[in-house]
Amino acid sequence: MSDSSDKNNDNKLNDKPPADAGQVEASEAEINLAAVGRLKGSYSIFSSVMAIVTGLLVGLIILMISNPANAGQGLLTILKGGMTGSVSGFGRAVATSIPIIMTGLSVAFAYKAGLFNIGASGQFMIGGVCAVFVAIKGTMIPDSVLWLVCMLAAMAGGAIWGSVPGLLKAYFKVNEVITSIMMNYIGMYLTKIIIERTIYDSRYARAQAVPLRARIPTLGLDTRFPGANLNISLLLCIIFCVIIFIISSRTVFGFELTAVGLNPDASRYAGINSKRTVVIAMIGAGALAGIGAFMMYLGGTGVYMDTKEIVAAQGFNGIPVSLLAMNHPIGVFFTGLFIGHITIGGENLQLFGYSKEIIDMIIAVIIYCAAFSLIFKQLLHRIIKSRSKFKTEKPGGPGPQGPGRYARPEETEVIS
Amino acid sequence: MSKNVIEMDNITKRFGSFTAVDDVTFHLRKGEIHALLGENGAGKTTLVNVLFGLYAHEEGTIKINGEFATLNNPNDANDYGIGMVHQHFMLVHNFTVLESIILGYEPARGGILNMREAHKRVVEISERYKLAVDPDAEISEITVGQQQRVEILKMLFRDNEILIFDEPTAVLTPQEIDELMKIMSRLADEGKSIIFITHKLNEIQEVADRVTILRKGKHVATLDVAETTAGEMSELMVGRAVDLEVEKGYVKRGDVVFSCEYLAVKRELSEKNAVHNVSLEVHAGEIVSIAGVDGNGQSELVYALTGITPPDAGKIFLNGVDISKWSIRQRTKAGMAHIPEDRQRFGLILDYSLANNLVLQTYYEPRFQKRGFMRFSSILEYADELIERFDIRSSEGATSMGRALSGGNQQKAIVARELDRDADIIIAVQPVRGLDVGAIEYIHGQLLEQRDEGKAVLLVSFELDEVMNLSDRILVMYEGEIVADLDPEQTDERELGLYMAGKKKEAVHV
Repeated sequence: MSDSSDKNNDNKLNDKPPADAGQVEASEAEINLAAVGRLKGSYSIFSSVMAIVTGLLVGLIILMISNPANAGQGLLTILKGGMTGSVSGFGRAVATSIPIIMTGLSVAFAYKAGLFNIGASGQFMIGGVCAVFVAIKGTMIPDSVLWLVCMLAAMAGGAIWGSVPGLLKAYFKVNEVITSIMMNYIGMYLTKIIIERTIYDSRYARAQAVPLRARIPTLGLDTRFPGANLNISLLLCIIFCVIIFIISSRTVFGFELTAVGLNPDASRYAGINSKRTVVIAMIGAGALAGIGAFMMYLGGTGVYMDTKEIVAAQGFNGIPVSLLAMNHPIGVFFTGLFIGHITIGGENLQLFGYSKEIIDMIIAVIIYCAAFSLIFKQLLHRIIKSRSKFKTEKPGGPGPQGPGRYARPEETEVIS
Repeated sequence: MSKNVIEMDNITKRFGSFTAVDDVTFHLRKGEIHALLGENGAGKTTLVNVLFGLYAHEEGTIKINGEFATLNNPNDANDYGIGMVHQHFMLVHNFTVLESIILGYEPARGGILNMREAHKRVVEISERYKLAVDPDAEISEITVGQQQRVEILKMLFRDNEILIFDEPTAVLTPQEIDELMKIMSRLADEGKSIIFITHKLNEIQEVADRVTILRKGKHVATLDVAETTAGEMSELMVGRAVDLEVEKGYVKRGDVVFSCEYLAVKRELSEKNAVHNVSLEVHAGEIVSIAGVDGNGQSELVYALTGITPPDAGKIFLNGVDISKWSIRQRTKAGMAHIPEDRQRFGLILDYSLANNLVLQTYYEPRFQKRGFMRFSSILEYADELIERFDIRSSEGATSMGRALSGGNQQKAIVARELDRDADIIIAVQPVRGLDVGAIEYIHGQLLEQRDEGKAVLLVSFELDEVMNLSDRILVMYEGEIVADLDPEQTDERELGLYMAGKKKEAVHV
């Protein structure tokens, strides 16, 4: 039992440095600590970059196998991503990024509390249908605040959907992975039912179009970058990332959240209400995923809610976004943009006769490498730790009682 | 002089830059009991693990029966006739005794187990060495002492001639220890050679022929036990003279601070309660110990008292207020401190900094937060003060990760956090487990200081020395019940042992 919890800690251990870095900066007093934090932070970025480079190299190999002549051109296209052609490409990349930044943030937030939110898709769909429903049916709501009301509806919908696995986890110890996957399917069919019963456009077999007045404000971005289809969503994304970062690294709640994620037993012992913390983490994660859907469907990018029986991919794509960012809320913003960017690049590959699925393979390889880099880092960490432990130990007392990771206190002599 | 069966010469074993065993020479004669004495971390277990093939040594040679030997794994050790009883028994709980003994060494003919023959041999061996145990009983049904006998039988079944006992008495009652000592002597008389790892001097004096003392990985001395004293051995072990007795002044006992009445905790999937009708009182200025063999409901009792798992029946009072239904946080605020048994599971968040760990029970107080935001600078300030005052050593001070601290310093951090809160009742469970003599002295001193200041201390310990030394009153727990309430001045380890083994029982009333 204690072993398994230890192991959990282990897995989380290496995802934490960014958060620590954050806490560090929060305590301006300690320069020394900040330096340590920065060091860890840069190391995390390094491993993410390594993963990306490896992924792209594998991509190049795939391109060379399928059509060697255009391989170089193809890779360049991927790298250029949304930067090809006009601003419209940029707009497409941003539009692709926004929902996955939010679902990535959702996954990262839940992970703080030690939860794996694989249910972001369900929360995303429910959030989306809530937002679209309010946008279409909320005729009595004034134009100026309609988009905001829609966002709140999306948050509420996602939050409710996230709370179910949270409650089951906290009070009945049901694994959140299983329940949130199930909630994805329930969410998918529920979305279908709601759309078909209330806001159905039978001509196209999808939800009705979102009225213009419910669109997310553009603040003039649309006239400055014509054709890019921009609105304030990206700005909101930044704000949400920063808010989540501050909550998790600087607040009392964040302290509790991280404590529960790192060691639930010690948190309980310390009087932290871990049940409540778990539920709030899942509610927050759900709300974030819901907002992602709101941004996608009310952004005026021509995406409609449909009634195909497919679980929204944006939720699942949040997992690699979060993983690549080592679950760091600010990092999620950049990895989300990156994944969106190369996804558009991948679509442009078709110009050279490649199938666009190649980009999915490349993304998959990047994620694999990111996961491997985690394992690698963990290994490295363990070696460094065990060495430094003996080093620091030696002058102190008559040897290390500091038990190895899996050693129980009485067994410590084994490693001495 | 009989010949050496094992000659380990100039053995050095390093872990990274740390030298766990440094140029140690150890010889074992045929038919002798050779004790290996040293503090935690002195390298005793590492040395025998080298012999047992679990670790590869960097330097030195091993000769077994006069021939150079290379041991790469425990199977090699077994081929050389070396067997080991580990500190934690390696037994499968739902196997029978017989099955456990033959596991890995099954007598078979044409791929078919020959259980009858095995049974016969086991009975034969157990009679010859007087190791009474029922071969058909299930491991989970027999006592810890009997489980140890199964481990010994395992070695004998494999015809091992060299037997290693790694801290075998840690889990036994005094009576079981006596029995084990007799068994070891008998084995030595039969010509077996025994390595006996321990840090208990009286056991060495009772049973060992020679003793090799290790300190910080180095060989300090090899002595004939008959020609040395406990004082000399302990001085060699620690490197300085130690006062094993704790100075305890007289403090007037105050009012009842903490008590519980008819507390019961159910055990999952069992009719029998883990804790059954326990009532106890702790007064101000008093250390009350709960003695007993591990697993007799102590953990469950502490979980109930501290609120980790609520009791199924009974009441708990702190300063006269019924706190039975209170949450952990409420109890903490009301003046309860808890030094938990498992410091890595409950006591610390290993991936939090030392500073964060030091405020784990107080982070929400106004001095550490402002409108929901953590005040990290005051936390660091406070942590530095505690680190200074409680002498918590680490490589990076307050910003060191909990994981990077040694066990002793981890425990000091917990003690610092719990004692600085100025609680009325301190519940300490095995507070010095796995610590070295220096840290033990320190933590015991801190507990006594609390008592002298008029705090109530409830100490749960499996170590009789600790119980006898520190307590003002001793309660003995057996199978979930308090079976004795004793004055340490008027009892001895023998009597305690009888209560601990359930051989004696008195009506305990509060």
